[in-house]
Amino acid sequence: MPASPPDTAPLLTMRGIVKRFPGVRALDGVDLEVRAGEVHCLLGQNGAGKSTLIKILAGAHQPDEGEVLLDGEPVRLATPTAAMRQGIATIYQELDLVDGLSVAENILLGHERASFGFTRRGESNRIAADLLRRLGHGEIPPGTEVGRLPPAAKQIVSMARALSHDARLIVMDEPSAALAHDEVANLFRIIREITAQGVAVVYISHRLEEIREIGDRITVLKDGRTVAVGLPATTPTGRVVSLMTGRDVEYVFPPRPAPSGERPEVLRVEGLTVPGVFSDVSFSVRAGEIVGLAGLVGSGRSEILEAVYGARRASGRVLLDGRAVPPGRTAVSVRLGMGLAPEERKAQALLLDQSVTRNITLAGLGRYARAGWMDRRREAAEAARLVEALDIRPPDPRRPVKTLSGGNQQKAVLARWLVEPRRLLLLDEPTRGVDVGARAELYAVVRRLADEGVAVLLVSSEVPEVLGLADRVLVVREGRIVHEAPAVELDEHRVLDLVMVSTNEESHVD
Amino acid sequence: MTEATPTSVARRPFLGRIGEVPHVGLVAALVLLAIVGLATRPENFATSSNLVSILALASTIGVITVGMTFVIIGGGIDLSVGAVMALSSVWATTLATQSYGPVVMILCAVLVGTGAGLVNGFLISYGRMVPFIATLAMLVAARGLAQRMSGQRTQLVQQANTAIVELSTTRVLGLPLLVYVFALVVALGWILLNRTTFGRRTYAVGGNPEAARLAGIDVRRHTMLLYGLSGLCCGIAAVLIMARTTTGSSTHGDLYELDAIAAVIIGGTLLSGGRGTIIGSILGLLIFTVITNLFILNGLNTSDQLIAKGLIIVVAVLMQRRGALTGT
Repeated sequence: MPASPPDTAPLLTMRGIVKRFPGVRALDGVDLEVRAGEVHCLLGQNGAGKSTLIKILAGAHQPDEGEVLLDGEPVRLATPTAAMRQGIATIYQELDLVDGLSVAENILLGHERASFGFTRRGESNRIAADLLRRLGHGEIPPGTEVGRLPPAAKQIVSMARALSHDARLIVMDEPSAALAHDEVANLFRIIREITAQGVAVVYISHRLEEIREIGDRITVLKDGRTVAVGLPATTPTGRVVSLMTGRDVEYVFPPRPAPSGERPEVLRVEGLTVPGVFSDVSFSVRAGEIVGLAGLVGSGRSEILEAVYGARRASGRVLLDGRAVPPGRTAVSVRLGMGLAPEERKAQALLLDQSVTRNITLAGLGRYARAGWMDRRREAAEAARLVEALDIRPPDPRRPVKTLSGGNQQKAVLARWLVEPRRLLLLDEPTRGVDVGARAELYAVVRRLADEGVAVLLVSSEVPEVLGLADRVLVVREGRIVHEAPAVELDEHRVLDLVMVSTNEESHVD
Repeated sequence: MTEATPTSVARRPFLGRIGEVPHVGLVAALVLLAIVGLATRPENFATSSNLVSILALASTIGVITVGMTFVIIGGGIDLSVGAVMALSSVWATTLATQSYGPVVMILCAVLVGTGAGLVNGFLISYGRMVPFIATLAMLVAARGLAQRMSGQRTQLVQQANTAIVELSTTRVLGLPLLVYVFALVVALGWILLNRTTFGRRTYAVGGNPEAARLAGIDVRRHTMLLYGLSGLCCGIAAVLIMARTTTGSSTHGDLYELDAIAAVIIGGTLLSGGRGTIIGSILGLLIFTVITNLFILNGLNTSDQLIAKGLIIVVAVLMQRRGALTGT
């Protein structure tokens, strides 16, 4: 354990930070206080507001309310450059390095050593080598192209870049996610070294055991609010988890029908494997059943969904109503009766510039066509019917879909799969970015579909959603299904335990 | 003939503008050019022979522009159009092909064009090549093949096959037949783009290929067909250029790709795909052709003509960009 830092005035203070996005209050009064030389852990479930908060620290977002103080002085972090000039460096989960440039060029990106526009290569390499040595990684050659480095080395380069700005505060977003076990040990060693030099670290991770090992204090976020500031890192796991889960938001779930005897099996998955992502996944879904996949981002749950849909090649077998689904051919999957509402609504599902009608009918164009010729009147009539049935607002099917709120966009994606009755619906984060009222409506729609006999496979980062909506829950951790149970037999606490706590708890780093 | 303009334009001025302003601007530009023509060359510009020659000139590239519009809306680009047209014209005018008569010559041109287009499409869809590179390779290779087949000589359409040449000499209602061919291709293209599932998929594939794939559209097959369609248009254009020049030659269609792409862009089609219209492209092309005509009538330098065209591309795109910015 690193020595506890002295109880001095905080280096960074954030007070009452509020950030609104259209339709959502991402942050609703967040406080944070970080002392020089400490490792301050930020905890919270997906959607609790961690990412938004660190983007504000990095100068990428501007808070709508609240103040940020550095050394007791109010500061305005108007741009990423401004944040860097204040000594705040952020290392994102997806490392923002330029693969085609050398290690030294990456480290000094944005503040290159140059005269008359010509980079001073020798000096740059020397500075980079010094920083790398300070991090205990003098063996990384400053001249190598970053794209050739393994993930762990890239992490070091990112860290060297942060130090090159003379950072006083380094924010690390899930730095251990891409690292193997021994590399994590090295990461922790480096963190201890830089904090010993007085640099503060804000550390974000889902792995509670890591936090216990490297952290000094913990701040817990929940639904965009701070629920605990500066707890000691030794706080018992049970307490931390209940802080993360006790929620104010009321979820309204439709009632579950009593499990009705023998319903036919619609989906059967056998030994589905994508090397390095998930392995040997087997389960089945019956008609009228909602099965939820619970797991962390990166646990492989979305990838499992995509593989079932045939959008991602995998070994193993996927059977829909007993017929094999060929991998990599979504057109066949759709013809067999599957539908997918993907995770990234805008990037993966919608034609943003086009009308609601055209978005709804995209997957069933053949239904309105004779020999390829569109019957536009029938198309418009059916889209209008679905807009009404799902209560998409505003109720104008000709409006470009990008002008709709998140919840209504999601309804349009769902409507796409109501054009022709589906056998199996795959829903990936169906309520992401959707406000509370619209959520209840979406839940009701999904349950209604199930009652009509559709099999539903649901992925959600929000455990209450999985527990409230699904009939049966599969818990996914590190690419494997580790637990399966009826939803009524689980509670949020239990699921989070299964999802977050690594099986090899004992493999501690020395 | 804009597509599906909503009835409630007043309530949603933004939609109305997106649908109409580019075309209004393009028509205004054409009118302006006509006024310039009337003012500078009153005795030559508005004559029927001059207008006919503008349309005849526009026909060849016009047919190519229709195919190019599809490819660009579908998120791609086809640099090989001029070269593929040249290859089609050469292949159709070899002695061997000519011995079978005009019908086979036309069939040959169309098949060669479509084949080359499908090769482009295959390389891009299934070979995962970048469209720019695949079609650049085709540009170079098709021209090379055309030179080799013709021995770099211009091949005349033989006396026995003058039926082809009649496309440009026979006039109906004062216009040569090839203008009707052009009009037919535009009409069919418009229908295909706006009234069929193929057109709908084209917008989807160009606008968001991932969404299209996840909605069960076979994006690769569709992409391949788009390039095949562009090749088909090149084959038709080859027939028109044989009719106009009575020759097949490896030098036909030099830099047509640039004119076609420029016309499509001036017409308001997004180079990133997902948005655009056939009518816009054709208006863009007519603007280009009229400018060429005005410069010739006024005896001006062709270099100045190129400068003017370059400026027009820039101005058109800047105006569209401003429209898009104020719209959102």
